[in-house]
Amino acid sequence: MHIPDGFLALSTWIPAWVVSVGGIGYCIRKVSQTLKDKVVPLMGVMSAFIFAAQMLNFPVAGGTSGHFLGGVLAAILLGPYAAAIVIGVVLTAQCFIFQDGGLTALGANIFNMSFVGAMGGYLIYTGIHRLIKGKVGMMISTAIAAWLSVVAASSVCAIELAISGTSPLNVALPAMVGIHVLIGIGEAIITCLVLSFILKVRPDLIYRKEQT
Amino acid sequence: MGLIVAIFLAGIISIFASSYPDGLEKVAENLGFLEKGEGQPSVKSPVPDYEWPGLENKKLATSIAGIAGTLIVFGLSYGLAAILKHKEHKAE
Repeated sequence: MHIPDGFLALSTWIPAWVVSVGGIGYCIRKVSQTLKDKVVPLMGVMSAFIFAAQMLNFPVAGGTSGHFLGGVLAAILLGPYAAAIVIGVVLTAQCFIFQDGGLTALGANIFNMSFVGAMGGYLIYTGIHRLIKGKVGMMISTAIAAWLSVVAASSVCAIELAISGTSPLNVALPAMVGIHVLIGIGEAIITCLVLSFILKVRPDLIYRKEQT
Repeated sequence: MGLIVAIFLAGIISIFASSYPDGLEKVAENLGFLEKGEGQPSVKSPVPDYEWPGLENKKLATSIAGIAGTLIVFGLSYGLAAILKHKEHKAE
């Protein structure tokens, strides 16, 4: 759901830019206070993986495709702040090098996928994981958070389109949510598969707040 | 190892990715505002649409673009993280 140039009005994309620059700045400050040595290469690998996985569109219903966003996966491995930065790097490179997502819309895209997707998704993950513990609990929390992160990001995207006057909310919201409810299932499956693989081979890579 | 997986995904598997429009594009098409995004983009990208320019073979073009992009974002995030790490040491 990379928004191209032209979908958002000036009154939407400028505030989104301001919020995203401020938010990423805050994340950078947070991360620089707590960054551990082992996380440095992991941030590189995570953005490489997310970039690559985002190229792999999978077909969903009705001639539509979706792709992995990776926000929740990144947040579970790197913590919410580093995850937001990593997603921001991917979105910025996609915008400048590959014309995927417009420069005017980059602020909104970072807002939707870094803040709503990765950080919001992480909040949902920790909230549910607190209720259902253990490995099964972790997987259930991951699946729900990954699914919700995509649905929430697409909802916010619809709201931005509505504020911009591009499409009224009562039309854009059900349309965006309707298709991303399905794309989110793919997100949940991929996130759980990758996470369970990492739990098997490198469980030490999972982000733990008390360690930082 | 994660990087090798990423290069494999972007370089090989990407060729088999679905070319259907994604969720937002489809919605834009259905609701009739797709043409709003079809003007001149605000930045000229060197590799638009994940296809390395000047290559006849579109599969190869996608593959090279994917590998290049994977390495670039790896370098950017690694570099940024290393700078942040360095700043932290200075502050101590």
